[in-house]
Formats: sequence, C-alpha cells, structure tokens
Amino acid sequence: MSKDNPSQPSAAWAASYEEEPSQAGVPPSPGGMTALKPFGWAKDNLFNSRLNTVLTLICLAILWFAVPPVVSWVLLDATWTGSSEACREAVGACWSVIVVKHRLIFFGTYPFDEQWRPFLACGLFVAMLGVSGVRAFWRPWLVGAWALVLVGMGVLMWGGVLGLTHVPNDKWGGLPITLMLSVFAIALAFPLSILLALGRQSSLPAIRSICVGFIELMRGVPLVSVLFMASVMFPLFLPEGVTIDKLLRALAGLTLFTAAYLAEAVRGGLQAIPRGQYEAADALGLGYWQKTWLIVLPQALRIVIPPIVNQFISCFKDTSLVTIVGLYDLLTAATVATTDPEWRPFFAEVYVFAGLVFWIFCFSMSRYSQWLERMANRYNRR
Amino acid sequence: MSNAIIELRKVGKWYNSYHALRDVSLTIGKGEKVVVCGPSGSGKSTMIRCINRLEAHQTGHIIVNGTELTDDVKSVEKVRKQVGMVFQNFNLFPHLTVLQNLTLAPIWVRGMAKSEIEEIAMMYLRRVRIPDQAHKFPGQLSGGQQQRVAIARALCMRPEIMLFDEPTSALDPEMVKEVLDVMIELANEGMTMVCVTHEMGFARSVADSIVFMAEGSIIESGSPAEFFENPKSERTRQFLGQILEH
Ligand SMILES: Nc1ncnc2c1ncn2[C@@H]1O[C@H](COP(=O)(O)OP(=O)(O)O)[C@@H](O)[C@H]1O
Ligand SMILES: [Mg+2]
Repeated sequence: MSKDNPSQPSAAWAASYEEEPSQAGVPPSPGGMTALKPFGWAKDNLFNSRLNTVLTLICLAILWFAVPPVVSWVLLDATWTGSSEACREAVGACWSVIVVKHRLIFFGTYPFDEQWRPFLACGLFVAMLGVSGVRAFWRPWLVGAWALVLVGMGVLMWGGVLGLTHVPNDKWGGLPITLMLSVFAIALAFPLSILLALGRQSSLPAIRSICVGFIELMRGVPLVSVLFMASVMFPLFLPEGVTIDKLLRALAGLTLFTAAYLAEAVRGGLQAIPRGQYEAADALGLGYWQKTWLIVLPQALRIVIPPIVNQFISCFKDTSLVTIVGLYDLLTAATVATTDPEWRPFFAEVYVFAGLVFWIFCFSMSRYSQWLERMANRYNRR
Repeated sequence: MSNAIIELRKVGKWYNSYHALRDVSLTIGKGEKVVVCGPSGSGKSTMIRCINRLEAHQTGHIIVNGTELTDDVKSVEKVRKQVGMVFQNFNLFPHLTVLQNLTLAPIWVRGMAKSEIEEIAMMYLRRVRIPDQAHKFPGQLSGGQQQRVAIARALCMRPEIMLFDEPTSALDPEMVKEVLDVMIELANEGMTMVCVTHEMGFARSVADSIVFMAEGSIIESGSPAEFFENPKSERTRQFLGQILEH
C-alpha cells in the first residue's frame, strides 16, 4: 500500500459518499405537452418500446385480476360491526373480530379494567420516540424527559403506588411487550455493537478475539436458541436464590443477538474511513477515544445508517419470537385471540391486523431513516 | 548544531522485512527550513512520519525538542503537541466545518475555551486568506483552499515544528502557488519546517538545507546553492537532471 497515491483516498470518498440525486429539478419532459400530460407520460414511460408495452399489459392484467377481489374482500363485502354469525354469512373480511378482540390483541392478559394504563404507557412511549427523532429536540433536557417518561411508564405498568393496583409483569402482554422489548433491545444493542466493532479492530489480540468470538457465535445461532439459552441457561449460572425476570432474560438474549449483527454493520462503516483521517487525528494529538468519538464514528455511522436501520427493523420483528420463552408479545396475543371458538374462522383477519400494526412501526422507521440519511450527509453537498 | 530541535541518530525502520530507513541521521536547528527530496519510494514520507511517530522506528534515536520518541505514550503525546503536520491529501475532517476542523484539537487536546480558540482560528484563516469560508464544509472548497485550511488547522495547535509531506502534489497547477505563498510566509516568520516537496523553486528560495534521499538513506545534504550548483553524488545529479527537465 503506497501512501503517495493521491487519487486513492478521494476515490474512497466518492464511493462511500455518493452524491444523492438532486430532488429539486423535475426532469424536463420532451415537447410542450402540458395538456396531454397523462397520455404523454404514459406513452413515454409505459409504451415506449415493444418490450415495455408487453410488460405494461401484463402488469395491467395482474392488477385487473388481483385488485377487485382484494378490494371487495377488504372493503366492499367486509363486515365491520356484526356478530360472528353475520361474519359467517358474509363473503368478505370479518373486521368485527378486531373490534371485539382488539383489547386482547393490544394488551394481552393485562387486567381488563386497568388496560388504560398500558394504553397510556404506550402512548407516552411512542410520543417520546417521535420527539426524540426531531433534531430541534436533541438537547440535554431530552435525557431528563426520557428518565421521567421511563419512570412514568414503570409506575403505570407495574402500579403498586399512587393507588394503582400492582400488576406483575408476567401479566403484561401485547403491544407494550413488543414495543418495550424492541426499543430497549435496540437502545442497548447499538452502543454494545459499536464497542464490539471497535474491539474487532483493536490491536490487542485478546480484545479482538473476544469480540470476533462473540459476534461469530451469535451470528451462527438462530435467535430462537439464543432466547432459549437466555431463559433456561442464564439462571443456571446465577447463585441460588437469585432470579432474573423472564422479560429481562429475553431482553438480554435479544440485545446480544441484535448487537452481533449491528456490530458487523458498524464495522462496514469503520472500514470505509480512509486511513488519512486516523493519521490527521493522530498528528493533532487526539487520543484513541477522542479520535474514535469525534472523527471516526461520526463519519462511519453516517455511512451505515441504512444497514443499521435495517437491523433495527429486523429486531422489531424478531420480538415476536419471544413467545417461545412464554412471553406475550403482540403476535402471541393475536394468536391467543384466534383461539376463541366463536371467532376462530376469522384468524386471517386477526393476523392481517397484527401485520398492519407491525408494518406501521417498521415503515415509520424506514421513512425516518431516509430523512436521517439525507440530513446526516448534508455536509457532502458541493 | 547546539540548538537542535529535531535530531535523528542512525534511525532504522522496517516494514515487515522491507528496510525503509537505513541509518538515517539528520539534525535540524530551531527555525531551520529543511527540504527533503528524492525519488518516489525512497523513504521521504517514512522519515518525516517518524518525526511525529505516525510510524515507529525500530533502531536509533529520534529526539524532538528534547523529548526522545519511545514506546512510551507520554513521549508521543508530548511530541505531537509540538509538531504540526500537513498531508498530501489534506485529510481534513469532512463532517466538520472549516472552523470546527481548526478548533477541534485545541479544544480537546489543549483544553482551550471554545470562544478563545475560535478567535485564534479566525485569525489563522485570515492569514491563509480564507476567512469567508469558515462555515463551509471541506468538500465545498477547492484543493488549494483545503490545503490552506489544513495548514491553518495545524497552526492552531501552536506547534514549534511543521512537517509537510508533499503539500502541493495533489493540487491542480494553478493552486500550487497559493499554498506555497502561505508556506513562504510561515517560513519568514521563523517556523521550523521540514518539507518533502519537489517544488525546486520553493526549495531554492526558502530552504536552509536540502536533503536528498534514495533507497532509505540520505545520499547528501547541503545548502541549496551547493545542492543545485555542485551536487556531490552521481545519484543526485541524475535526480536533478530528471526533475529540472520539466
Ligand atoms: N505502511 C507500509 N507498509 C509497507 N511498506 C510501506 C509502507 N509505507 C511505505 N512503505 C514502503 O516503504 C518505501 C518508502 O515509502 P515512502 O516513505 O512512502 O516513500 P516516499 O515518500 O519517498 O515516496 C516504499 O517502498 C513503500 O512501498
Ligand atoms: Mg511520500
């Protein structure tokens, strides 16, 4: 490797910081056909060659056959309020099952009359996540606000103070479990993954092999077995009499698993930082942690926003696997809702609904990551 | 020389089995300007990078302003605080503005107050003639401007010594002069400078001595007049012949 190749680092920059396509300018449309725009557009884009015409027709045919039945099942023929008898007679979807069962799906076995508490806790949590995503709010008070909200959520969920009845956490279920497990797992796994990725590049062999060993172990094992190990084997290592809550054990398993995958994503970013950046930081006298925190990570993490968010989304969906250690997440609650003999035929609707809830959260994350990426890479504009 | 600020004594350096520096000895006095030249791969960068320990030497001694460079982190820290470096590829921090590039190390390494160092940084930006670019990102500047920012960044640490490793080699020809002008100004102010460069005009007018390297050794060194008019070794004559043709 020669240090004297001027084009090398700049090429690396170009590769890792691709200019985003400019969104300001609308591509000039050929000719002045403002009046005929839809037709002109279709002609230019859908029927501009023989192959494209064929593909367009095939797509139209698929839509023609697929859309009407879906629309009539979902909307036109659907039953929205009726009883299960009404549903059995109708040909469309039975959304009344959601109306009847939504409290069970969202809150599981949490005492029915107290379900305003998890509702409020989830609302607070989601609102706080939303607030944390806004740049203008990235101020020291946000940390304090989080502390308050977490305490508030704890009080709401557990109770036992302020006249709220105590609800032990083996009674919790549904959305609060899914949300809290995934958000806490992500929040803990992310810093851990950074340490793992840094450790993997360490010059100390002991640290490097521990990190590599951990990452490869976690990546080589299915999450289900990690969860089993966390819930069955953790307790074996603990001194007699000490027990760790089932929820915490699952959280630990999920966190470690996610951290291993995240670490690999972060490592990709670390590798994209040109050596000159480290050298400049060294020459200025910055220490290892200063260099890492001020120079390397800010650049590396910006590059890997997409794969990191990808991993966040995976983690969110992976929470549905905690059912195997007896936790009651949103999907488990939905499954339980389908076991009611009266509503059993309408399990599809319940799963569609649960899927929709998952999708809303995952899609929000995905959109947020696109915004974050644009904002974080602004400095690269020329 | 009694007031030596940099002293290399029989320095040896290997990259694995490759012998990159062979018994390099060099003494540089305070305020002296030394230009290092030589063919590509002759160890110029390696030598200059050993002076602030971006590379570690294996044999011999390097003493910078009274501190010997060893494996001891303290000695490295101490030397790096006194030695500024300018790279061929600028190596500015692309995610920070120009002003932040200048103030980062003084704040974190020297513990200076932000307001104080910002004032000093603006002073240096005026001296390198780009105060109006303070709030831009490096990617928005031309190569010549970026290199002048890099010089200002090093100066903000108030170094005793400045190292330059081919500071104009990555620049378009029309930008070379603006960077050399800044370096000449710095030289006139009495800064100790070690500069790897093939700008022979600069060497002739600024350097107190010129060091010629080949294959990891110093072949000869002397004043610009001696070096250009009366090179001692055949190797030097050959090199000068090649480089002055252009
Ligand atoms: N990090 C490195 N690892 C291995 N070999 C290196 C490294 N850096 C430089 N070299 C080799 O050492 C020799 C001297 O390099 P360098 O000091 O960069 O020369 P110059 O700056 O004079 O062109 C070259 O042959 C180069 O290939
Ligand atoms: Mg070099």
